[in-house]
Amino acid sequence: MSKKEDFVKFDKVDKSYDGKVLVVKDLNLDIEEGEFVTMLGPSGSGKTTCLMMLAGFETPTNGEIYLDKNPISNIPPHKRGIGMVFQNYALFPHMTVFENLAFPLRVRKISKDNIDKKVEKALSMVSLSGFGNRMPGQLSGGQQQRVAVARALVFDPSVVLMDEPLGALDKNLRESMQYEIKHIHESIGVTVVYVTHDQGEALTMSNRIAVFNDGKVQQLSSPDKLYEEPVNSFVAEFIGENNTFAGEISSISNGSCKVKLAEGEIIANPISVKSVGEKTTVSIRPERALINPKDKMDNNQKGKIEEVIYHGDHTRVRLNLLGNSEFILKVPNSSQNLDIKLGNEINIGWNSQDARALDPK
Amino acid sequence: MSSEQKILSTDGIPLEESLKQAEKKNKIKAFLLVTPLLLFLIITYIIPIADMFSRSIDDKMVTNMLPKTYKAMEQWDGKELPPEEVFKAFYLDYKILVENKTAGKLQTQLNYEKNGFKSVLKKLARKQKKFEEGNYKEQIMKVHKRWRNVDYWRAIKRRAPAYTYSKYLKGVDMYSNEDGKIVQVAEDRRIHRILWSRTLEVAFFVTLFCFLMAYPIAHLLATLPMKYSNLLMICVLLPFWTSLLVRTASWMILLQQQGLVNDFFVWIGLVTDDNRPEMMYNKTGTYVAMTQILLPFMVLPLYSVMKTISPSLMRAGKSLGATPGVAFFKIYFPLTIPGIGAGCLLVFILAIGYYITPALVGGASGTLISNQIAYHMKSTLDWSFASAMGLMLLTGVLVIYWIYNKLVGVDNIKLG
Repeated sequence: MSKKEDFVKFDKVDKSYDGKVLVVKDLNLDIEEGEFVTMLGPSGSGKTTCLMMLAGFETPTNGEIYLDKNPISNIPPHKRGIGMVFQNYALFPHMTVFENLAFPLRVRKISKDNIDKKVEKALSMVSLSGFGNRMPGQLSGGQQQRVAVARALVFDPSVVLMDEPLGALDKNLRESMQYEIKHIHESIGVTVVYVTHDQGEALTMSNRIAVFNDGKVQQLSSPDKLYEEPVNSFVAEFIGENNTFAGEISSISNGSCKVKLAEGEIIANPISVKSVGEKTTVSIRPERALINPKDKMDNNQKGKIEEVIYHGDHTRVRLNLLGNSEFILKVPNSSQNLDIKLGNEINIGWNSQDARALDPK
Repeated sequence: MSSEQKILSTDGIPLEESLKQAEKKNKIKAFLLVTPLLLFLIITYIIPIADMFSRSIDDKMVTNMLPKTYKAMEQWDGKELPPEEVFKAFYLDYKILVENKTAGKLQTQLNYEKNGFKSVLKKLARKQKKFEEGNYKEQIMKVHKRWRNVDYWRAIKRRAPAYTYSKYLKGVDMYSNEDGKIVQVAEDRRIHRILWSRTLEVAFFVTLFCFLMAYPIAHLLATLPMKYSNLLMICVLLPFWTSLLVRTASWMILLQQQGLVNDFFVWIGLVTDDNRPEMMYNKTGTYVAMTQILLPFMVLPLYSVMKTISPSLMRAGKSLGATPGVAFFKIYFPLTIPGIGAGCLLVFILAIGYYITPALVGGASGTLISNQIAYHMKSTLDWSFASAMGLMLLTGVLVIYWIYNKLVGVDNIKLG
């Protein structure tokens, strides 16, 4: 079976609640069948609104959403056949775990034997066999979460939506649940649209990530591309850690440009700049800048150490470099003791390929 | 256990005792804090109920007025006319009563027991002044032939016990007849049962109407944005803050035959001017006014429960494929049952003892048992009967509470 390319499609969708402000602006998004797509963004960026429109609890102000090529704006939520996991699980507190899972099957008038089989299968999928007779209130947060996931999957929906499902769990549990959900997704191949504001979660779980800001998708790409090759300064800033220099293009040639900063000049990789004189923000990941580089690098600068923070497996060093006193370096602790002491001056080098000249902030 | 050593605290006292001592002070303090409330409850609740109970079964009046007679009657089996000692004792007791001018009470009380007793006793009071000593049986029987009838003596004997449950029987239109059997009163005099059943009926329907009206209001209150829900809440509570009498009186203005509601009906052509329906001084008036007055007691518990139901539950239901109707009945409604239970219990219990509103707008066919109690308190001064009915009402409420507890479970009630 070939996978459908645009199984879920947002086509020029706008959404406004009050008729004055657009919460979602001209959203175009294609999701492939069986894909795990995460909508990532700060709160108020419109990601949950998109999910609610897909689920049918909100209607687009403009544009259309297609599910398997069919427009769904006029289909009520209960006929869309989309499973959903809610932020606070939304388990029915007056029903047992079994009844919770059987609910979507019962409203579909599935025979009793089949219900028993499917519920049992769904419970074992989230390793909660034997918990059928418990009430949701008797379960721990992680178990409730798993019941919610099982309930959203038990009726074999084509798409499952997850709205910050791990937000209420503690850190360790959250991490193990991330893997669990990922494995469930891989084993049954359902299309998952996942909403979170936690970038770690998004990077771990997704096939592709849509970074939302200000009602728009800033970048839609795989986790590694998103981290390594952000297309604008918002994404660079939002995903992972980032060192920035604000400056102006002084010369530009094939695949390389010179950026004039307040103090000095660096060589960068022009991404969203085209001509001399443009303002730009240059973004460098902390791990791409090295101390006393052995190989020759096309950027070499001297910086003064202002702060050293021990982090166990690595040490974070804050430098004052080219007038930027927030320049962060990550130094692995295994390396031979370098000259990292407060107040020392050290040599820093990076490749111009890793210094991405993006839009100005 | 014996092998286990007792744990001692540092100064050698067993830990358990040491703990008790340490907590003793706190317990006493806590108890002292609640004593005022406890005393208040005892004085205003337990003592009055105990007093009501003793009043309702108290029948010492006759017993105290005829001490010698009842002593003499102890030997009498009640089959034939009593022996001479009884007649003598009765003559002596009655003489004292006549001299003290308290014979009237006895006449009334015995007349309750047997019709026609009053005139017989009055005649005896007049004639007994001329009685000679000895052979009182003959002399008394000569005064009136009814003294030869053993039924009258049995009537006196029936009043011998210091306690009686006859008021309770009267409350359900029954009495114990001459032979001591419990029978119903004549059909045309069975008024109390009608009142009891009407009280239950009114309370039931008022509860039902309140529920039907309050459920959507409470739902709106719980789901509307804050600024609207506050306004609506004030609308619900405003009548609550208005005096009960004012509200009842305003219903009288609205519902009377020349009132606003009737005027409106005539104006829109629903009824003709000379055919205005009676909406007051009958059950309709009682229903309308009581439903309005008791509505907040249903809205508030429902609201407090609905407020806690997350809207995502309904969404979850819909996303799982339930139509809005199914989602409502399978998810939302079951979760509101604690509120429904609390509201219904509250309204029902309040309605069952309601007094002012039915008294003012109920008319003859809209009065309830509480109006009858008030009538006996104020008009006939039969306090023991009023007490008996009050206690029956209280017992009824407790029984309803018990049944309710069996059905729904009191733990499932949420009042706020």
